[in-house]
Amino acid sequence: MNQQNLPLFEVFIRSKRGLDHRHVGSLHAEDPAQALDYARDVYLRRSEGVSIWVVRSSDITASQESDVESFCEPMDDKPYRHATHYKLPKEVDNM
Amino acid sequence: MDTRQKPLLNYCIALGDDSLMLGHRLSEWCRNGPFLEEDLALTNVALDFIGRARLFYTYAAEVEGRGRGEDDIAYLRDCREYRNLLINELPNGDFAFTMARQLMVDAFDMAFFTRLMQSGDQMLAAIAAKAIKESRYHLRRSQDWIIRLGDGTRESHQRTQNAFNQLWGYTAEMFETPDAEQQLVETGIAVNRNTLKADWTTTVHAVLKQATLDIPADDWAIGGGRDGQHTEHLGYLLAELQYLQRTYPGQQW
Repeated sequence: MNQQNLPLFEVFIRSKRGLDHRHVGSLHAEDPAQALDYARDVYLRRSEGVSIWVVRSSDITASQESDVESFCEPMDDKPYRHATHYKLPKEVDNM
Repeated sequence: MDTRQKPLLNYCIALGDDSLMLGHRLSEWCRNGPFLEEDLALTNVALDFIGRARLFYTYAAEVEGRGRGEDDIAYLRDCREYRNLLINELPNGDFAFTMARQLMVDAFDMAFFTRLMQSGDQMLAAIAAKAIKESRYHLRRSQDWIIRLGDGTRESHQRTQNAFNQLWGYTAEMFETPDAEQQLVETGIAVNRNTLKADWTTTVHAVLKQATLDIPADDWAIGGGRDGQHTEHLGYLLAELQYLQRTYPGQQW
């Protein structure tokens, strides 16, 4: 079997209940069901998590490096958009 | 050792041998797998079987109580002293052959360990409780592969059918309860192997059917593993398995 013919999947793992799934890597498999099994073997052998998501890499639409300027930088000079800009009343404590 | 413990000792060694031989065979796929992910998955399964062998041998050593350890039992016996079923020692063949054997062993293990969990011997019941979780996953994998291969290309179908035809006669031995085990069956410690055939047949036939494969005829059967009568392949396997302990006795790392 040739690995080049196998679609690529991205793997996301939830390390504990209550936490978000985090991207941990990718792997090749024939279909989503097999990708899930391999994700278990490749990424979940040492109690790394309690839940796995796999997504066909080709189904992900990603921003490009060239988008960085227009996507990300405009936020930098608008500190009032960040919650940390505002003074919180003492009673709120940690936020 | 109390001589009444002898059947239990032999039972543990035989079950350990089954696991060790198959685990060793699967480990031979390491770096030879069809692609990276499957290579890792197969090696994980190999480790599950080797882990099982260690549990059975460690318990055997404890039952025996003569100072032998798991390594002595695993590495320092001759061919005729191994008691594994022949199906576990056969060379891997092609990938279809490996997965066909795996399906038949995994389906057997599911039925076997489900019953061994009820054993009157607490340690055996505990080992079975651990093993059944692994076997459930092993079976899921081997089922999936046999369906992919059988219902795949003309070549994968043919190779898989050949594998089942070549292996079929080796499965009879899995359902025989040797005289030495009979006594343990009566005391509720060992599993009566004759009772496992129905479950096994249901599982294996369903997978073969879905994989568009023919069920081979029951017209030949070979056995002898439990009596120490092995195929020519075991000697070569042991030569590799035992090399290090034989060359550097007592070596540890």
